[in-house]
Amino acid sequence: MAVTIAKERWTSKVAEMVIGPNDLKLGGESTLSFLHFEGAMPNRPVTSLEVFDMEPEDWPDMLKEAYAGVMNDPVAWAKKVVEYGADAVTLRLMSAHPDWKNASADEVAKTAKAVADAINVPLIVLGCGVEEKDGEILPVVAEALAGKKVLIGCVTANNYKSITAACNGYGHNIIASSPLDINLCKQLNILINEMGLPLDRVGFDPSVAGLGYGIEYAYSIMERARVGALTGDKTLATPVVCFVGENTWKAKESIAPDVVEWGPLHDRAILWEVTTAITFANAGGTVFIMRHPESLKRFNAFIDEAYKSNAY
Amino acid sequence: MGLTGLEIFKQLPKTNCKECGQPTCLAFAMQLAAGKAGLDACPYVSAAAREALDSASAPPVALVKIGVGEKAFELGNETVLFRHDKRFEHPTGIAIQVSDKMSADEVKAKVAKINKLVFDRVGQTHEVNLVAVVNDSGDAAKFADTAKLVQENTAYPLLLISSNAGAMEKALDVAGANKPVVYAADASNYEAMVALAKKFEAPLVVKGDNLDSLADLVAKVTALGYKNLILDSGARELAKVIADQTQIRRQALKLFRPFGYPTIAFANNADPIVESLNASTFVAKYAGIVVMTTAEPEYILSVITLRLNVYTDPQKPIAVESKIYELLNPGPDAPVLITTNFSLSYFCVAGDTEASRVPSYVVTVDTDGISVLTAWAAGKFTPESIADTVKKLGVMEKVNHNKIIIPGGVAVLSGKTAELTGCEVIVGPRESAGIPSFFKQRWLNQ
Repeated sequence: MAVTIAKERWTSKVAEMVIGPNDLKLGGESTLSFLHFEGAMPNRPVTSLEVFDMEPEDWPDMLKEAYAGVMNDPVAWAKKVVEYGADAVTLRLMSAHPDWKNASADEVAKTAKAVADAINVPLIVLGCGVEEKDGEILPVVAEALAGKKVLIGCVTANNYKSITAACNGYGHNIIASSPLDINLCKQLNILINEMGLPLDRVGFDPSVAGLGYGIEYAYSIMERARVGALTGDKTLATPVVCFVGENTWKAKESIAPDVVEWGPLHDRAILWEVTTAITFANAGGTVFIMRHPESLKRFNAFIDEAYKSNAY
Repeated sequence: MGLTGLEIFKQLPKTNCKECGQPTCLAFAMQLAAGKAGLDACPYVSAAAREALDSASAPPVALVKIGVGEKAFELGNETVLFRHDKRFEHPTGIAIQVSDKMSADEVKAKVAKINKLVFDRVGQTHEVNLVAVVNDSGDAAKFADTAKLVQENTAYPLLLISSNAGAMEKALDVAGANKPVVYAADASNYEAMVALAKKFEAPLVVKGDNLDSLADLVAKVTALGYKNLILDSGARELAKVIADQTQIRRQALKLFRPFGYPTIAFANNADPIVESLNASTFVAKYAGIVVMTTAEPEYILSVITLRLNVYTDPQKPIAVESKIYELLNPGPDAPVLITTNFSLSYFCVAGDTEASRVPSYVVTVDTDGISVLTAWAAGKFTPESIADTVKKLGVMEKVNHNKIIIPGGVAVLSGKTAELTGCEVIVGPRESAGIPSFFKQRWLNQ
């Protein structure tokens, strides 16, 4: 009995974004994740590892060991990240946080410039997470990185204006962040777009949660966004940025060394990060910002398998 | 799951003889679709048409019961491709393999490990569901002996894996009464396997080499009168399994009857991390049963957690118990944080509080598992409910101060809450991510 393969005829696709000195492409999917038999995934997911512009005090030992010797030098750290095989370097400007060093816009912009000049892969630049402060520093950072086609984030409904204007002016892309809500995401994309930044220069951060701590909300939002993109909703057709490492390395399962019923820490911690990543890859994530180099390697190996043709 | 008039019409004789009482066959089909006529009214209806009517009333994915007693579980009855469309009904069964080439001691040791794969999450226990016994030896007696040994050492149902009907019969003679899964009927042995499955009323896996041969074989098996089935399309590579699982679910929802059963997928890989990632993918992508080889908890914990998450009903938030949670061994001077018992709210607060490294008490008010702002809007997170909870749980007796911290989103409740609790109410940050800096500025420096 010949089975008639059920293929969806999608009418649209996810926007394709181009970042970095090597014009790395991302997004552009015209199918649900890994359903190569009914559409194309022209670009592999983009993987990245995080670099802090100051030594993070609260990272677990497994992460500190992976970056031993470079954690107080963002440029050396960024080079290490490239060495580990990341497609892009993610620089988090933590020192700008009022609770940490409260560094000025000029200071962090200098660091961002030094890191960008030292690498030949795309740079993703993140603020410190405090909306007002990011609204001050990110436009200055955008200016310092003019022409480098950086992905800058995260902007919220409260601080998008100054950052969007700067990204537009200096040729960058932006990450728009909404708290686990697809309607707020659409709304923010529209607001940013109305300021003149094309939608193919906007990434969507749904504020993901890690495995065991609300991953299913982000999972369903990504699935809905992908279906929206494929059925023609341009305001949902922006590539999805997943902050995987940030949200998994605080879970007990990634830190607790001495829980007998959970088994030894190392592989458990790696799996917590990679399982979160592949779950979002299966739902429609595009950019994966991770923390541990082994997680990155494992995730890439998984993507290699998932990328094989399954055409009928 | 009703059929449309047009789908029924295709099955009708198309004679337009009016004997059914309707002017045309199409009109009759419309009446059937609306439930206003019975198929018996048409004297010329074929067996195919009866099948169609059965389809209309049956769920798209059949319900299959596995095992007996406390550890018995169900698969199937799924109705959607995306969990946000409705929900996924029956969580994927996780099976761990033992081989009949292992010695009796090795089998016992591995089964003992499998029995311990029980994890506590959100106040509920989650565990694996099956022990798979694989006939690697090719020897019927060894297979039966191993099945017997496993059965004596675990309460979980068995998954018996052998393509040899003779070996399967011997194993079923010792384990058949407990409704194990029989794996598998293929093109070479299906008649014997169906007979065995029928005899023991056990769920039977039908294994094809691809979707076409699977559909063929299911038709042959159902023609023998057996419908207690689980499907294996034969795919083993990750991308292929994702495609086949998607096709089987899609086709079932389109009421393609041969695929209207739950599925089984093999995550087996020599590298346990790869195996764990494959298993997690199959859990999200419709697999009824996932088979793994490792019994080490660090590779199972993530799969079981993802299963819990993906199979959570999107319309029913998970609640944690309303109680005092003590984070990082708090002492009498530790802060007291108030939130709701929506699991996500609690986990966010707990996670960010722990990240701050400030030992704290977190008190969860019972809001039927809805979030802070939702509960506030619904009148379930009120000064009264906060005061009741604080008093009932006696949290202020654990501390030497008189301060409670409420979420920034409900700052407006602070006055009334202070009045009702007699506590000094401090308004915390709107987002739990702000807790570490809030503690730094407002608690530690006071």
